[in-house]
Amino acid sequence: MSVHSTSPQFKENAARALSDTQLQRALGNVKQGFIDKRRKAVENLPEFEALRDSARDIKNHTLRHLDLYLEAYEAKVKASGGQVHFARDAEEARAIVLSLCREANARTVTKGKSMIAEEIGINEHLEANGVTPIETDLGEYIIQLRHELPSHIIAPAVHLNASQVEQDFRRVHKDLDPNRDLSQPVQLLTEARTVLRERFLAADVGITGANFLVAETGTSVIVTNEGNGDLTQILPKTHIVLASIEKVVPTLEDVSQILRVLARSATGQEMSVYTTFSTGPRRSSDADGPENYHVVLIDNGRSAMLGTSFEEMLRCIRCGACMNHCPIYHAVGGHAYGWVYPGPMGAVLTPSLIGVDQAGHLPNASTFCGRCESVCPVRIPLPKLMRHWRDREFEHHLSPATFRSGLAFWGFFAKRPALYRLVTRAAMASLGWAGRSKGRFNWLPLAKGWTKSRDFPAPQGETFQARWKRERGNNA
Amino acid sequence: MSARDDILSNIRRSLGVTGRETIRTQIAEERLERAPKGLIPARGQVSGEERIALFKAQVESSLATVTEVSSPADVPQSVASFLRDHNLPATLRMGADLRLKAMPWGETSLEISHGPSAGKDLNAVSHAYGGVAETGSLVMISGPENPSTLNFLPDNHIIVVSAKDIAGDYEAVWSKVRFTFGKGSMPRTVNWITGPSRSGDIEQTLLLGAHGPRRVHVVIVRD
Repeated sequence: MSVHSTSPQFKENAARALSDTQLQRALGNVKQGFIDKRRKAVENLPEFEALRDSARDIKNHTLRHLDLYLEAYEAKVKASGGQVHFARDAEEARAIVLSLCREANARTVTKGKSMIAEEIGINEHLEANGVTPIETDLGEYIIQLRHELPSHIIAPAVHLNASQVEQDFRRVHKDLDPNRDLSQPVQLLTEARTVLRERFLAADVGITGANFLVAETGTSVIVTNEGNGDLTQILPKTHIVLASIEKVVPTLEDVSQILRVLARSATGQEMSVYTTFSTGPRRSSDADGPENYHVVLIDNGRSAMLGTSFEEMLRCIRCGACMNHCPIYHAVGGHAYGWVYPGPMGAVLTPSLIGVDQAGHLPNASTFCGRCESVCPVRIPLPKLMRHWRDREFEHHLSPATFRSGLAFWGFFAKRPALYRLVTRAAMASLGWAGRSKGRFNWLPLAKGWTKSRDFPAPQGETFQARWKRERGNNA
Repeated sequence: MSARDDILSNIRRSLGVTGRETIRTQIAEERLERAPKGLIPARGQVSGEERIALFKAQVESSLATVTEVSSPADVPQSVASFLRDHNLPATLRMGADLRLKAMPWGETSLEISHGPSAGKDLNAVSHAYGGVAETGSLVMISGPENPSTLNFLPDNHIIVVSAKDIAGDYEAVWSKVRFTFGKGSMPRTVNWITGPSRSGDIEQTLLLGAHGPRRVHVVIVRD
């Protein structure tokens, strides 16, 4: 594990998030913006659903041949003059990056947005060793100033309002005129652009992630809208690419297929502004570009997911559609999840990476409405995988005692159908009778937790089984 | 065991393979060799005027601007009037691209400089390797002809593209790249550019000109 996790405190985190008015206001933007934009982009491309199948199949094929494509990729990077470093875990990855920075005599390092960089906690490590990392994606820059983790995988500062960003800029950009006007978002953007432009030009090393690695050509691919990733990788002398091993795909055609579903699922754009394919360091005739090109390939738990039911999670292309459509994410935001990856994809991935004993609450934080799976561009069955984690949590005796004894109690009746029918019939009849006037309860014994914030609908006096029997009888 | 060998053997153990299975190896090698195209949306599968019209419409929907000229000789005047219309200084940075070099820049009052950008240039012009009608994307290739820094550092980026280089889809561009550079080889950088730089990171409000160009202007040359 790398970044400190507060996932075990999910319930406390969520309760705090629900009463945070700034956060709740900011989360309104997620509900309104992302969903509409994605829907329009999907409506504009008749082949979208078929492309989702294609993207899923490409990822599945790659995962089943992952060792071979990684070897092919590595050979191509070397052939183009780049270097490949393998890291089993976060610690090894951090050590490799630090030694590359030292080789380059780096004082400052610019960074493009990268979730694997968050996962391995590279910033803290560089800082502790005298190298200053500077996030350049606007959202990442803002949360770096606030010493926070991203709350969304493609919109890291989505939990903040403009007024909070203004306060941070005034606090940190002390050499600028204190009376300057920062009331408009565009003024904040312009200020960040000016401040970061100097940083881009001064950096000794640039670190980016990779949306894809191409085995056919040894190419790393980044997809951005701001252009910060490109300035990060073409200006400094050394470019370091951080990528987890499942980012590899076979060919340029395969990347093109997946790109057609990536931006549409993420921001609702037909294509992100900058899609950049980088292969090796600058060539002898080049006038610009990095002189050294390094790729750090990081496992950190992925190889152990292959061959298990969680292999499907390795198809994830980090678009964020699952969290954009998740009622739980809408209610509590990303930080409540307590680690690097929030939302439904985080609820499945986090227990794989830091352990279900740490992150067992996350797969339980779901209404199982299925929207995440219905929008996932690579068709990951997220609810099914969350259920797998719930099963494991139960098998490992990690669920709370009341939950376990409740299930055992229900199990006792469920295994005895005659008794089950008798008891449920009696319960439904009496609840139906008790709730007949209002049709709902605002208080019930043993269900105070439920009725505290909402009413419990009263049953109609008959069990489902009884009704099924009756209606089938009528239709026969 | 090295981290590399450890990771590869963990993957193989999880997948239940040795890595030496002949058929499995052949399947991967064949895919790399054949590079099957997959599903190409019908939208871009148009030719001639229809393709140019689609490209222009898509460029505009990406919030870039686009104009057409009838020959390379008309490009300098078109660029000069674009800069004038937006009250921009009459300066222009460009690389060593021979197609750009052959254009009559002397007929304008533009002050031309050559080479990559060090971050001080307001305006730059590059020649695209191609365009993609499907999404209005421009395909740029790194090198002394069109240095990558010109795509990102200047505030205003003008991209010249020949009408005959506008493809329907990405796959057609990759075929051309393979033809130019050889199968399995790539120029150092290929940039697909679809509109000007932008960010939605502050309250999900779309703002142009984040770190890259605030304006992208495309000049299509009909020749």
